[in-house]
Amino acid sequence: MATSQTWLLRPFQERSTQLFLGVLFAALVLVTFLHLFMPEDSALHVSAYTVTLLGKYLCYALLAVAVDLVWGYLGILSLGHGAFFALGGYAMGMYLMRQIGDRGVYGDPVLPDFMVFLNWQELPWYWQGFDMAWFAFIMVLLAPGLLALVFGFLAFRSRVTGVYLSIITQALTFALMLAFFRNEMGFGGNNGLTDFKDILGFDLRSDATRLGLFLATGIALAVGYVVCRAIVTSKLGRVSVACRDAEARTRFLGYRVERVQLFVFVVSAMLAGVAGALYVPQVGIINPSEFSPLFSIEIVVWVALGGRATLYGAVIGALLVNYAKTVFTGIMPDAWLFALGALFVLVTVFLPKGIAGLLQKRRQKDDDQPGAQEATA
Amino acid sequence: MSIFEQLANRDQVFEFLTPVASPVDVRHGPILYMEDVSVSFDGFKAINNLNLTIDDGELRCIIGPNGAGKTTMMDIITGKTRPDTGSVWFGSRHNLLRMNEPDIATLGIGRKFQKPTVFEALTVFENLELAMAADKRILPTLTAIMTAEYRDRIDEILEMIGLQALRDKPAGILSHGQKQWLEIGMLLMQKPRLLLVDEPVAGMTEQEMERTAELLTSLAGKQSVVVVEHDMGFVRSIARKVTVLHQGSVLAEGTMDQVSNDPDVIKVYLGEEA
Repeated sequence: MATSQTWLLRPFQERSTQLFLGVLFAALVLVTFLHLFMPEDSALHVSAYTVTLLGKYLCYALLAVAVDLVWGYLGILSLGHGAFFALGGYAMGMYLMRQIGDRGVYGDPVLPDFMVFLNWQELPWYWQGFDMAWFAFIMVLLAPGLLALVFGFLAFRSRVTGVYLSIITQALTFALMLAFFRNEMGFGGNNGLTDFKDILGFDLRSDATRLGLFLATGIALAVGYVVCRAIVTSKLGRVSVACRDAEARTRFLGYRVERVQLFVFVVSAMLAGVAGALYVPQVGIINPSEFSPLFSIEIVVWVALGGRATLYGAVIGALLVNYAKTVFTGIMPDAWLFALGALFVLVTVFLPKGIAGLLQKRRQKDDDQPGAQEATA
Repeated sequence: MSIFEQLANRDQVFEFLTPVASPVDVRHGPILYMEDVSVSFDGFKAINNLNLTIDDGELRCIIGPNGAGKTTMMDIITGKTRPDTGSVWFGSRHNLLRMNEPDIATLGIGRKFQKPTVFEALTVFENLELAMAADKRILPTLTAIMTAEYRDRIDEILEMIGLQALRDKPAGILSHGQKQWLEIGMLLMQKPRLLLVDEPVAGMTEQEMERTAELLTSLAGKQSVVVVEHDMGFVRSIARKVTVLHQGSVLAEGTMDQVSNDPDVIKVYLGEEA
C-alpha cells in the first residue's frame, strides 16, 4: 500500500503482519508456559523433545519464507535453496565443532575429531576464526550471501530465468552435495559435523538451552518475516512483481532487472542461511544430505501448498507438511513420499493458490459482513 | 564503454567527463532529426536514405504499407537497431547513435509497443507509480516514500487517461483499450520529450478510438508525439502533418489532404486500400 511510512516500519501497519506476529508470539509464550509450568505427567505438558521439534519446524518455516520471497514475488523458482540453508548450517556447525575443544574422543584441543582421524596436522585456513561466535554468526550470513551473489550475478546477467534457472539451481545444490561428501573438503565428509557440546557456553543437551534455541528461532522467524514483508510492501517489492510478470517492460521503464533479482535473491539466501544455522544446534548434526536436491524440491512443495506470494502461506505450508511428515513417518515411513506427492497433486489441482488462497477467499466473503473476524495463520 | 577502455583512448573527451544531465537543446526547432539513415538486413534495405525532422511539440503521424520500415525507424530512434549510415540527433546536442537503450529512455524518449504490456498483478495506480521518473537504483527504490507531490502527479495522469475510477483495481481487469491508455499514461509518467506510439488503436472500438485521439491531441504541445498507425480514419482525425513511408524512405509529407491527393501515395498505398 502506498503509505508515507519508512519502509522497515510499514509492515507493522498491516493487519496480516500484526495478526501473524500476534499468533506467533502467542504460540511461543504458550509453548514456553506449557513446557516450564505444567507438571511432567500432565497431558498438557510439552516435553523438551517436542520443543526442539517445534523449533525445527520454525526453522523450516523461515526457510519457506525465504523461498516464497524469490519464488512468489520475483518469479524465480529456486530448486536449490537447500544449499544456502546447508551453508548457514555448516557455518554454525563449524563454530559448534570448535566449541568442543579437547572434549572430543581424541582430545585434541584444536582439531575436530574427524580431522584427527584423517591424520591432519593442522586446522585448514577456512576453519580459522570459527572458534569466535561473532565471526561464525557473520559467516552464517556471509557464506550463503556470497554464494548467492556470485551465482546470481552470473545467472541474472546472462538473463537466465524460468526453467533453466531452476535447473541450474538444482545443479548447484547437487554439486555442493557431492563436494561436501568428500573427506578432503574438510567438512567431515558424509558424516558431517556432529557431537556438539555447547553453544555460547550453554549446554546443548539441557532443556533450558533447547527452549532458548526454540525461542530464538521464533524471533528469527518474526524478524525474517517482517524484513520480507518490508521488502514486498516497498516500491522495490512492486518492481519485483513487475520483473516477475513483464521483465522486458520493467527494463524499459529504466529499472535494472538483474540487480533487483540479485538483491532479493541474496537477501533470501541469507535468510535461508539463518534458518540453517538455527536448525543445526537443535537437530545436533549437519551433513551433506541437507544439500540433496530432493530437500530443495520439498521446500518448494511447502510453499506451493501454503500459497505463493503471501509469505504467511509459506509458514503455514512448512508447518503443516512437516507436522504431517512427523506423524506419517511415525505410522508408516514408506508411505510418506507417496502421501507428499498426492498432497502436492491435490493442492495443485484443487487449490492452485494454496491454503492462503482459501483463507483469502473466505476473508473476501467476510468483508461483505462488517465486523467479521479475519481468518489467517 | 568502460572507463578503462576510454582512458586508453587518448584522442577523445571521456564520456564520464561530459555532463550527464545536459538538457535537450531544441532552440533550433527540431527535437528529432534523422538524416540519410540507411539500414539493411541481409541485403534487404529496410531503411533507405531516410530524412525526417520532428519539431518540438509536434504531433506527427507516420503511415505506410507493411514493410515500409516504420518499426525499424522506431528501433533506430530508441537505440535497438544501429543504422549502417546516417545520423540521428535528439535536439541539436545529443547524438542518439552513440547512446544505448536505457540512456535514450532516460533522456526522454518513450516508446509504446504495439501490444499493450502493463503489470497485471499491480493496481493501475501502482503501474503509474513504477513508471514515474525517479531514482531507479535498488536502495532508493527500497526506501522510496509516496509523497503527496508524487500522488498528485499520478492522479493528474490518471485523470488525463481517464482511469480515475479504476485507480485501485488490478491492471489485469482492464479492457484492451484501457490497457493501451494506461501504457500511454506510464510513458507520460516518465516525463518524456518525445513519445513514439506504435499502432495505438489496433483492436479498439470506435468510442475508444475517439478517446485515444483526444488523448493524443491533448498531449501535443507539451510533448512531441510520433504515431505510427494503419487506421486511416484515425490518422485523419488526429493528424496535422502526415509522413508517408514507402520502401524505407519518405514518399510524401504534408497535411492529410495533401498526401491523400498525392498521385504517388495513391499508387503505392491508398490505392490498395480503396
